[in-house]
Amino acid sequence: MKTKQDIEIMRKAGRIVAQTLDMVGRQIEPGVTTGQLDRLVEDFIRSKGAEPAFKNYHGFPASACISIDNEVVHGIPGNRKLKEGEIVSVDVGAVVDGFYGDAARTFPVGKISPDKKKLLQLTQKCLEAGIEQARSGNRLGAISAAVQKVAESNGLGVVRQLVGHGIGRQMHEEPQVPNFGSPADGPVLKAGMVLAIEPMINAGTYDVKTMPDGWTVVTADGQPSAHFEHTVAITEGEPDILTLS
Amino acid sequence: MAKEETISVEGKVVETLPNAMFKVELDNGHLVLAHISGKMRMNFIKILPGDKVTLELSPYDLSRGRITYRYK
Repeated sequence: MKTKQDIEIMRKAGRIVAQTLDMVGRQIEPGVTTGQLDRLVEDFIRSKGAEPAFKNYHGFPASACISIDNEVVHGIPGNRKLKEGEIVSVDVGAVVDGFYGDAARTFPVGKISPDKKKLLQLTQKCLEAGIEQARSGNRLGAISAAVQKVAESNGLGVVRQLVGHGIGRQMHEEPQVPNFGSPADGPVLKAGMVLAIEPMINAGTYDVKTMPDGWTVVTADGQPSAHFEHTVAITEGEPDILTLS
Repeated sequence: MAKEETISVEGKVVETLPNAMFKVELDNGHLVLAHISGKMRMNFIKILPGDKVTLELSPYDLSRGRITYRYK
């Protein structure tokens, strides 16, 4: 449970995360390497007086997770150049005064296929549907079920092996926030809880595997995947999205 | 950053091993090698054979777990 003061600090961290993603979005074009984007992310977060949350988290070597096309999440930035027609997921976290903010967006590189465009739109819709259920009195499963319904009614796969999470003084806190399940599942949501809600939605099957680098998660069938995430505080009233610029 | 999914199960400690590791028998009879969560280590919660505990398992490696709770 977070106090109102805790949540205001988390809002500061969240705002820096959102501003970072705004900045990255303007830099995405064919020919840019994921390593260049990662450097921009790290410099930007530090310039705002925050710490990049992912750097060295369980040994992750960079400040942003950058995952292209069939990569679902946790892609390690490097020499790979973005190409026209790809979709690129950027996941960023920042720490301010010991509190974490965490968000992700998937961006198109230049002009993308109608199928990919639809995947991005629907994954964003999944996130919105999930956030809409992040209200005190609902069970956690209401979020999961809302995400799953939007995805599966449109023939998309909901990743099972990775989940959203509580967030606060640690990046990963209780409870887990799966993107599938029933509204009757999980704990009852209460004002003061803060959750990172993050649908990872595949164009094909939900099955994923981890690459030999130990981090990069890819779709089992090689089809593209999208990822949108916000850090959201539960209040007595409307869901409070902390990762807005 | 997404979290790897884990599942919670209950079991009984059958043996204390070195390095804060334990052998735990799950309610379904499976034996799991478990370590103790950092938070419990910080609070010096002592675990003895016979204690009932809650474990977190990764669905992708059911032979190892992390003890997150000891029942009184």
